[in-house]
Amino acid sequence: MVRPVILALGVVALLAGGLAPAPASAQSTIRIGEINSYSGIPAFTLPYRYGAQLAVEEINASGGVLGRKLEVLFRDDAGKPGDAVTAANNLVAREGVALLAGTFYSHVGLAVSDFANQRKVLFVAAEPLTDALIWEKGNRYTFRLRPGTYMQAAMLVEEAAKLPAKRWATVAPNYEYGQAAVAAFKKLLSEKRPDVEWVAEQWPALGKIDAGATIQALARAKPEAIFNVTFGGDLARLVREGQTVGFFTGKSVVSLLSGEPEYLDPLGAEAPEGWIVTGYPWYSIDTPEHRRFVTAYRERFGDTPRLGSLVGYNTFLAIAAALRKAGSTDTDALVAAMKGLTFQSPIGPITFRASDHQSTMGAFVGRLAIRDGKGVMVDWRYADGARYLPDERAAAAMRPAD
Amino acid sequence: MGSYVVQFLNGLATASSLFLVAAGLSIIFGVTRIVNFAHGAFYMLGAYVAVSLVPHTGGGAVGFWTAVLAAALVVGALGVVMERLLLRRVYRAPELFQLLATFGVVLVVQDAVLLLFGPEERLGPRAPGLEGAVSVLGRAFPAYSLFLIVLGFAVAAALAFLFRRTRWGVLVRAATEDRETVAALGVNEAWLFTSVVALGTALAGLGGALQLPREPVHPAMDVQVIAEAFVVVVVGGLGSLWGAYLASILIGELHAFGILVFPEITLVLVFLVMAVVLVVRPSGLLGRPETAAPGRAAALAAPLLMPPSRRTLAVEVGLAALLAAAPLALDAYALGVLSEVLVYALFAASLHLLMGPGGLVSFGHAAYFGLGAYGAALTATRLGVPMPVALVAGVTLAFAGALLFGRFAVGLGGVYLAMLSLAFAQIAYAVAFQWVPVTGGDNGILGVWPPGWVATPAGFYYVALALCGGAVLFFRRVVFAPFGYALRAARDAAARAEASGIDVRRQRALAFALAGAGAGLAGALYAFLKGSVFPESLGIATSLDALVMVLLGGVHTVAGPVVGAAVYKTLQVILATYTDYWRLVVGATLVALVVAFPQGLVGFAVGRLRAGKARP
Repeated sequence: MVRPVILALGVVALLAGGLAPAPASAQSTIRIGEINSYSGIPAFTLPYRYGAQLAVEEINASGGVLGRKLEVLFRDDAGKPGDAVTAANNLVAREGVALLAGTFYSHVGLAVSDFANQRKVLFVAAEPLTDALIWEKGNRYTFRLRPGTYMQAAMLVEEAAKLPAKRWATVAPNYEYGQAAVAAFKKLLSEKRPDVEWVAEQWPALGKIDAGATIQALARAKPEAIFNVTFGGDLARLVREGQTVGFFTGKSVVSLLSGEPEYLDPLGAEAPEGWIVTGYPWYSIDTPEHRRFVTAYRERFGDTPRLGSLVGYNTFLAIAAALRKAGSTDTDALVAAMKGLTFQSPIGPITFRASDHQSTMGAFVGRLAIRDGKGVMVDWRYADGARYLPDERAAAAMRPAD
Repeated sequence: MGSYVVQFLNGLATASSLFLVAAGLSIIFGVTRIVNFAHGAFYMLGAYVAVSLVPHTGGGAVGFWTAVLAAALVVGALGVVMERLLLRRVYRAPELFQLLATFGVVLVVQDAVLLLFGPEERLGPRAPGLEGAVSVLGRAFPAYSLFLIVLGFAVAAALAFLFRRTRWGVLVRAATEDRETVAALGVNEAWLFTSVVALGTALAGLGGALQLPREPVHPAMDVQVIAEAFVVVVVGGLGSLWGAYLASILIGELHAFGILVFPEITLVLVFLVMAVVLVVRPSGLLGRPETAAPGRAAALAAPLLMPPSRRTLAVEVGLAALLAAAPLALDAYALGVLSEVLVYALFAASLHLLMGPGGLVSFGHAAYFGLGAYGAALTATRLGVPMPVALVAGVTLAFAGALLFGRFAVGLGGVYLAMLSLAFAQIAYAVAFQWVPVTGGDNGILGVWPPGWVATPAGFYYVALALCGGAVLFFRRVVFAPFGYALRAARDAAARAEASGIDVRRQRALAFALAGAGAGLAGALYAFLKGSVFPESLGIATSLDALVMVLLGGVHTVAGPVVGAAVYKTLQVILATYTDYWRLVVGATLVALVVAFPQGLVGFAVGRLRAGKARP
């Protein structure tokens, strides 16, 4: 029989066990705190984690950094900003990490960046797409690797402006990413092509698109071209419904991120041919550096790389480069080192701009086609991120003073 | 013209999908009175089983439909397993405690699906023979959507036949009306419950499997469908099959035509519909007013709460001393976690005032937590007011929100009230999400950090201890004040309370306002603890957290919510640190606790103590 006293003791023991400090380990390694939505969206964060692991293993195999090995502490944020801050606190206050890295969701990235600013610790944001991270809400301690919403929209505008289409419609998930992408795309395309008309827009709730109704609503406006920002399950529903009723026939479609393997692979043989997309054609990037990365990744994990794998890999290459350049794990030295830091990645050199802390990592722009029953990107080119960012003075002016 | 017809058909197709899921939920609730949170999980399992079976069932139309039906049967069998192993043990527990059990199942299934099927989305095949489109007034319309429209109606008609024309159906309807009498008449209740859960979950599985041609199968399908399924059931009227059908069509069509006029409506439409329907028709479209007074079941199970004994007080003084001394022994991280536990303890205690003494269940208590957080964050960052003023602003905003909601809510009871509170919280969520210039939208408000000495871990901890501890004690005082007794009288016998001169509606409105203010203080402190505020603070997950804490501790105890908060939050934090599969462990733990302690942790302890005293 369970006695109440035993129950009470159990509760106290649980609290104490959870809160008591772990035995301090010898700090012979450089610890890096990594926070991501591992339980929430493993389809994206697992490849990222693999990429990060591969980079760290390679760095440690060649002797580590500053004579010490790197040790990464992975923490799950469950997709919630509040939990991410708890994890960040755990890493900084208890585990004594030299810096923070990671995050996928934009709002989680912003919460951690604000924590980093408050606690004066470097945060290398890996994947969040919101540009608030580097511009309106940018801070001294936060740097971002992946090309943001504005850059990717600008890459697609370049292609969209070449199309004959004049009547454009947009469909985007109803949250900041979708809103920012549509706003940037409209502004930039209207600047390049004043003759363009915006005839319809649809804002399905994320993950809850009513594809039939949405497509019918778009079709009413008789657009010649579509700018799509939906992704994942929403995209699959939109594509299948649209192909069933022949909605996309004769229309140009420009689509954000749809060429990333994370979003393209699940579509299988139903990938929409001819769409102009940003993405990552890992299967046909034929440089020695990139081939080496793909081979190492496949050998280590028995899986093909996703964009997340490349972002994870690059994030830790950047961190190692910053540690080397700083010569220490001191935060001020690291922040100074990150500004203007250039490192070699599998897709070429990448620089963190000193003005707005955004990296110049680019994306691949091409068309979707079907090869062997799978969607692939063809006729692609690498769009260097540096070309799609506002110039450094304008970018710095968007940031609050440090 | 043609375009409107096609849009109407699109609405009907959506309605059919919604109805198939909601029908099962409605049947289960009608008979067992269980709010089956795991219904979405069964829907998701149906989709996964079907997509896994399709490659092995021989292809073609026969293969496809074999896989779909097999999925429904497999999921129905899983439903029986859940009923036999879990629900059966907690039918007699206090109202809504079963919700905790099914919530545990949701968490377990989420991780089980990841482990079994992997994280990637899987796009199923199109339905053979129904791949293409048919021409409707010169416009293409998917054949499969047309098929779904017909099937939805056919299922509704078949269920109606089952309930009207078979002995089993008559018993189910009788049990929906009055469970006790049916049992007293000698009907085998156990068998009836099992068969109803089997049918309901099989329908969920069928609904999931039928989505294969329409959307990829992925591990978040369950959460996406469950809230809307509940809305359909409640809007239609609990236990009313045709009500659910009508509600599905209402929501499907409003959605299809709403986005033509106002594309941003997608975020909040279903909850707006529910709020309007419940305010106008408190029992849903075709539901009948509940025969029992709200809270009757709760009253039957509720033990009389007694003021704390001397021994309890001594224990509490000791605990307070221990908490006050905590900064001497704990590091900065542990103090942060403990501060969070304190905040959640207050949040849970405020909900407990409604649920325990008030007998009023809220599925949307996050509304006040979030209003408190936003009130504090907005005044602190935009107006630059000092932290104490910001806290007061947060509490005031939450208090006002609760007062406003209370005006609409006091006339409702039971699950209708719970769902109206959810609708209110979702509308507040949508406002926070969409009103970007003020709230920052989903990018939230940053830079809400406490000033000076409060910014240190120990400083914040003491502030949280003083405020949350004080507020929790205040809530306990309320339970044993005349107001608390009046509230409990209104819960246990509303008519008698009215007759003795207690203004029941007024008491309840006041309880809402007090609980709202308490949750608001918790939310305001949370904002300063985390340094940022996002719409999540108003979201369903936050409401669920509070609900789980209260139920875990025990609804009919005073210390329950505090213990529930401490156990649940600590468990979550520890597990998230060490494993990515924390949901599996937390869910399994919840299920185990539910089976072991059907009165909640503290309810169990109190019961044991009393039993001990009663022995000579």
